[in-house]
Amino acid sequence: MANVITDEMIEYVGILAKLQLSDEEKEQAKKDMGSMLDYVDKLSELDTAGVEPMSHVFPVNNVFREDVITNSDKSGDMLANAPKEKNGSFVVPKTVE
Amino acid sequence: MSREYEMVIGLEVHVELATKTKIFCGCSTEFGGAPNTHTCPVCTGMPGSLPVLNKQVVEYAAAVGIATNCTINQHCKFDRKNYFYPDNPQDYQISQLYQPICVNGGVEIETEDGGKKTIGIHEIHMEEDAGKLIHDDMGDCSLVDFNRSGVPLIEIVSEPDMRNEKEVIAYLEKLRHIIQYLGASDCKLNEGSMRADVNLSVREKGSTEYGTRTEMKNLNSFKAIARAIENERNRQIDIIESGGKVVQETRRWDDTKEYSYSMRSKEDAQDYRYFPEPDLVPVVISDDWLEQIKENQPELRDEKMIRYKEEYDLPDYDIDIITSHKKLADIFEESVAMGGNPKKISNWLMVETMYLLKEKNMDIDDVSFSPKNLVKLIRLTDEKVINGTVAKKVFAEIFDRDVDPEVYIEENGLKMVSDTGELRSVVERIIAANPKSVEDINAGKLKAMGFLMGQTMREMKGKADPASVDALLKELLGL
Amino acid sequence: MSLMSMTALELARKIRAGEVSVTEAAEAALSQINLREKDINSFITVLSEEQIMAQAKQVEEGIKNGIYTGPLAGVPVAIKDNICTDGILTTCGSKILHDFVPKYSSEAVINLQKAGAIIIGKTNMDEFAMGSTTETSYYGATKNPWNTEHVPGGSSGGSCAAVAAEECSFALGSDTGGSIRQPSSFCGVTGIKPTYGTVSRYGLVAYGSSLDQIGPVAKDVSDCAAILSTIASYDPKDSTSVKRDDYDFMSALKDDVKGMKIGLPRDYFGEGLDEEVKKAIMDVVEVLKDKGAIVEEFDLSLVEYAIPAYYVIASAEASSNLARFDGVKYGYRAEEYNGLHNMYKKTRSEGFGAEVKRRIMLGSFVLSSGYYDAYYIKALKTKALIKQAFDKAFEKYDVIIAPVSPSTAPKLGESLVDPIKMYLGDIYTVSVNLAGLPGISVPCGLDSKGLPIGVQMIGNCFEEKKIIRAAYAYEQSCGKEAAL
Repeated sequence: MANVITDEMIEYVGILAKLQLSDEEKEQAKKDMGSMLDYVDKLSELDTAGVEPMSHVFPVNNVFREDVITNSDKSGDMLANAPKEKNGSFVVPKTVE
Repeated sequence: MSREYEMVIGLEVHVELATKTKIFCGCSTEFGGAPNTHTCPVCTGMPGSLPVLNKQVVEYAAAVGIATNCTINQHCKFDRKNYFYPDNPQDYQISQLYQPICVNGGVEIETEDGGKKTIGIHEIHMEEDAGKLIHDDMGDCSLVDFNRSGVPLIEIVSEPDMRNEKEVIAYLEKLRHIIQYLGASDCKLNEGSMRADVNLSVREKGSTEYGTRTEMKNLNSFKAIARAIENERNRQIDIIESGGKVVQETRRWDDTKEYSYSMRSKEDAQDYRYFPEPDLVPVVISDDWLEQIKENQPELRDEKMIRYKEEYDLPDYDIDIITSHKKLADIFEESVAMGGNPKKISNWLMVETMYLLKEKNMDIDDVSFSPKNLVKLIRLTDEKVINGTVAKKVFAEIFDRDVDPEVYIEENGLKMVSDTGELRSVVERIIAANPKSVEDINAGKLKAMGFLMGQTMREMKGKADPASVDALLKELLGL
Repeated sequence: MSLMSMTALELARKIRAGEVSVTEAAEAALSQINLREKDINSFITVLSEEQIMAQAKQVEEGIKNGIYTGPLAGVPVAIKDNICTDGILTTCGSKILHDFVPKYSSEAVINLQKAGAIIIGKTNMDEFAMGSTTETSYYGATKNPWNTEHVPGGSSGGSCAAVAAEECSFALGSDTGGSIRQPSSFCGVTGIKPTYGTVSRYGLVAYGSSLDQIGPVAKDVSDCAAILSTIASYDPKDSTSVKRDDYDFMSALKDDVKGMKIGLPRDYFGEGLDEEVKKAIMDVVEVLKDKGAIVEEFDLSLVEYAIPAYYVIASAEASSNLARFDGVKYGYRAEEYNGLHNMYKKTRSEGFGAEVKRRIMLGSFVLSSGYYDAYYIKALKTKALIKQAFDKAFEKYDVIIAPVSPSTAPKLGESLVDPIKMYLGDIYTVSVNLAGLPGISVPCGLDSKGLPIGVQMIGNCFEEKKIIRAAYAYEQSCGKEAAL
């Protein structure tokens, strides 16, 4: 395996993706990601010099809305699925110390 | 204390645009409102919802770019900035990194010594605002309100061209004037519609290398900015002097306690994994569209200042004050257009209007009187229908309730008495009743003239023409 | 013939003619569900009889009053569970959305409802459409109606199994890398992945936003054409929605391929392709040749780069699209946590399954500082080259014919052991998504185990009609009998 995923890398990806892995899962993730990256490294064989990266397949541009209010108060609907709600707001653990 | 330091400061200024709706959905941007009442699936990050760009945001952003001498990227794109925080409903912010709408601009500021200096603008990009977190101490939790989520912002990123807090404030005021004149935002620091993050490093004077910088957030007034800069300068110098190293980090300013603290956390990697937003297509600003935006560009402050000098020959001092706020300049111009004398209008705006604003603790934006009534008032004074003292009283009424001065004067019997018959008899009575004063005047103590004048005015309830009174007094006293 | 054995168009015709009531059709679907569901598990949610009958009654009225005049009015439909339905649980096959009831419907569902279709339930799927077997669902695997020891394919395995098991007249699926075509082929049904931008993505819970498309899963090509005509629309709520000149795909249902130029990419028929599958495809080619099509082999090139490019792009977009599942606004939140970041981590770790976590981690990694250019930009450049290769092919050919999958449906439990091997199964389908092309999977026989084989027909962008015509012409000869 050419790509060696270290503990630090898995830890870092866990912070980025907000995932907490057990030690077992971490070992598995290291293996999986390593082999995936080995596989993906195949792309480096390909000469892409001068090729524009393509994010959209079609050259569509300038899709706009006019600046007109179309939405009314739907706060009840927006909060309907909230795991925790208080005073018309979503409740989260305290964000300041 | 041997070494001398200088600061290197760059600013990231966020400005909330004055659109009616949010940047990616048809929710209102109106301030206030009960929590989450201006929200929809898009701005609360519901699964399956998709953004659609508000065209007005592009026009405002381009207008600000043009006014700050930027190059407009006629082909620009949106990117996703990925980070987790509860005020960020999708846990990514739609912003622009790789191809922002405006680049390579700059504005000129006046420095302390009266010289000019250009502060470079690296880029301006469009993005969405986050929601609001309210901390609930009772419940030991935070409450999320997405009413502000998706309100359009532009972020103006300066070059590190500023060297002290005065330049920072001059630059911010310059931006504020430009953006207010464009009508793109009201730019209120205290309400958060203009927010400045300060990137600051220190270095030994004369050095050409940059030191390690910190980013300071939560600066809600010019005073707070000045205090935070001073504080951060000292903090960094202390670290360096004691042999330490400044850490590159984001810090949060607490203006009541006058100190800052690090916002770094081991749970955040500050790695935003930007990539092109697949849900939005590129924005292409054609030459025609760009031309149209330029044509619709209103006259900005600098241009106005030059024109006021040329057209109205006003003193620099007047021009500076009248153009300090677009609202004042608008009233001035409308009044002039109605045939008012420019200098007289300027005086009313500079002196009485400013006085009343301060007295009533109001903002210039709250001024609501019509230029028509100001022009009328000036004409009534010119035609000696009322005198200056009465005019001030009437102006206060115009300022408060936008009264028609003609009607108000009529209803309250404030017309100036210039009928010499009535005035002559009053003056005669006053002279007869004050022999001591007459004696003083005859003895050369002309100060007593003022006393007799005042007595007459009082008797006339302020409505007499001071010039007529003066002439009559002189005639009757044989001076 | 039972009501559920009919195609959607046939059933709707009988309803319009007054021979069958909408209620009867809905009841037929429900009784078939009752009969088959314990073996197949196609559905995550089946609507209550009251909910279904209320719709049936309303549509019945509407048909009488001339409100619903379309070819699908009154027909029972199943919707993949990553497509939002107002007031109906929408889980994406995930624990993290175990209780999510959206207050809005996807545009495609709204279009179906306007046409008078009766929604009977939400179908099982690989969690967040990540998988090729429907085994990664939190709600248990779906089984292949042809042989319940085998998988139905994925990720739209529930939709395809439901159609194959006659639990609904047709279904909606979604296709990011083959998720409609591959399970259609495994289950012996017909499915279309439309040109990107043809069906609105509004209300489709995003996996890979630049690749996702909703499409029909049905009993035959005609049904697919009718469904596509119904769900396709320009939607101002989806910035990537494309305004098309013509939404009448049924006009392409002509048994005529005379002079049609068909390309066979040699690189799709080499190593790794099951011999039985290969033979079935070549038989399709022969049928079309006999009908006057001009068939030619050619080199498409870049085939081996499609999967790595696909997994980089799809995982990167997924890592961002799935960030919003954080326990704040909807869905699962961990029971116990200590502060904000711990809440995030526990919620997501407990709420997502292994395959989803794997892709989110890969996606986060390829976008992270220092790797972005080497992986993500490289993949986008590869995508550009793949698109060019197809552009070149379509200068010469009207339709490209290819396998859907290297083999027929594997046994349950075989695939998840080796993720890379599972990913390789997508080799013939992912390029179509990368290039935004339309593709159809049509049944073309059974292998020696009695499992269905599908043939894939790929068209140039916006040329659904050509693949529908080719598929229809084939089906008229023998396709339908081959599978049913």
